[in-house]
Amino acid sequence: MTQLHIILLGVFVISTIIGYFLINNVPSLLHTPLMSGMNALSGITLIGALIATAVAFKGTQPALSTIFGGVAIIVSTINVFGGFSVTNRMLKMFKRKER
Amino acid sequence: MQNISISLLFNATLINNTLYYVICAVLALFVMFGIFLMSKVEKARLGNAISAFAILFGVIITLVRNDILNIWVLYLCLAIGAVIGLFLSAKIKMIQMPQMIAMLNGLGGLASLIVGGFALAGIGADQLVFSQIAASLAISIGSITFFGSLVAAGKLHRVFPQKPITLPVHKFILVSLIVLLFVGIVLPIFVSINTAVITVFLIVIASSFGVIFTIKIGGADMPIAISLLNSLSGVAGAISGLAIGDALLVSVGGIVGASGLFLTQIMCKAMNKSLFDILLGRTSVAFDTNEKDKEETTDSIKLEQESQPKKEEVNPIEILKAAKSIIIAPGYGMAIAQAQHLVKDLADFLTENGADVKYVIHPVAGRMPGHMNVLLAEADVDYDDLYEMDDLNSEFENVDCTIVIGANDVMNPAAREAEGTPIYGMPILNVDHCKEIFIFNYDLKPGYSGVENPLYNKNTGIHLYLGDAADTLKTLLEDLKN
Repeated sequence: MTQLHIILLGVFVISTIIGYFLINNVPSLLHTPLMSGMNALSGITLIGALIATAVAFKGTQPALSTIFGGVAIIVSTINVFGGFSVTNRMLKMFKRKER
Repeated sequence: MQNISISLLFNATLINNTLYYVICAVLALFVMFGIFLMSKVEKARLGNAISAFAILFGVIITLVRNDILNIWVLYLCLAIGAVIGLFLSAKIKMIQMPQMIAMLNGLGGLASLIVGGFALAGIGADQLVFSQIAASLAISIGSITFFGSLVAAGKLHRVFPQKPITLPVHKFILVSLIVLLFVGIVLPIFVSINTAVITVFLIVIASSFGVIFTIKIGGADMPIAISLLNSLSGVAGAISGLAIGDALLVSVGGIVGASGLFLTQIMCKAMNKSLFDILLGRTSVAFDTNEKDKEETTDSIKLEQESQPKKEEVNPIEILKAAKSIIIAPGYGMAIAQAQHLVKDLADFLTENGADVKYVIHPVAGRMPGHMNVLLAEADVDYDDLYEMDDLNSEFENVDCTIVIGANDVMNPAAREAEGTPIYGMPILNVDHCKEIFIFNYDLKPGYSGVENPLYNKNTGIHLYLGDAADTLKTLLEDLKN
């Protein structure tokens, strides 16, 4: 384990704890949009896919690894765009009457 | 900072590591702030937008930092993904939301699986033990998420049978697969094995686990499966972040993992189950009652009812018209019948008639957490009128009448009394405490759990409207208006 790894593990633990408490405040009314929003966030793997694909593309055997990487980028982008926009679509429907 | 992994692999000159960590921390804070805003309906859209921009910014930073702005393939793939994603999100119907979420979850898992695979092969990651284990874990969890979500989405979309499928020695198979996964992850540390072999081995074992785990979950247990897979997709992302040494990935993945786990916990509590039970495949269907018995008992109920027709001393229409306080309890049956707009019409009529109308939503109503709220919001129901179970459960005895639409197990009093049944101990809506109960269900068959609902056999104060809720509600509305 290098220093980087220890930092990363720390980041993981802290984020998990903070995330847990943040979600605690969300009313069950919004659990579906919350979940699809979280879903969109999980598409953050896109960053990893971009890095790996770029490295593969520059490497010695780009064809096969670029295909895999390209698939990873495409599916995670679907996840990000689809997730955020469907969350927005749902949240738009929640209305309150003028009383 | 003594950072071997990243700076060796990339000639990162534009953004140094310290600056990158600061940016990551800021972006993670923005994501957290976005989630924080989602706790209030009025601010939720803004929160969602903030999270989205944080991710967008994260992508740009990644491209700049790794000096890969000029690789056209990346943009091509991004564009394809964006178009498909936006198209899907615009086309999807609200009732299909659970399968949409399940599918998107699966795609996130697939991406983590591929990134993990790259990392294990040393592309984008170092070859230290830590990164190797993280990469193997990312491959495993990514595969479980991808294949599990595919099965879940297929079940929800009715491509696969909705019924839970149990293999002989189901538990044993699941536990053995976990052991095999563990061996596959740990063994390469001690013995040198070809990377491709390990990768394929992990994918095969983990995907079998994902499939076998999910086929046993069906119907009313779906909210738990979806929440759990959501959590796993986050964890898979975080672990692939550990493998390639990216702090932003680790942080956001961790948040998502925690949120999914939290929702899973709520769902488990609402169904009176432990997460461990679910992991080992204990679902809410009675496995000991065989199908034939079930049919016989259902028939006998029908006979009973036919032999003693209910004496309606008071016209139910008059009861509804006279009611001053009403609770509506919708269930998944309402969603299947697409009756939410009619329910809203009924509620509007009753409100104009001077009644106070509230909706009560059981935590596991629908096929994912909060699904029913979205469906009612789509029908323009004011979200202030939507209440949680605990808020209204003590009011059932005081209100004039309760209208149940397509809900069964969540209001089955057997959950309180019938020890040994799969729903025993599950918190339910106290609909049975109400004086006058109107039930709009498709038939008198037991709900998903297979447990008879004694409410149907009550002699007084119960008004059954059997058939498609869209039809029965329409008829009732016409009767009310005349």
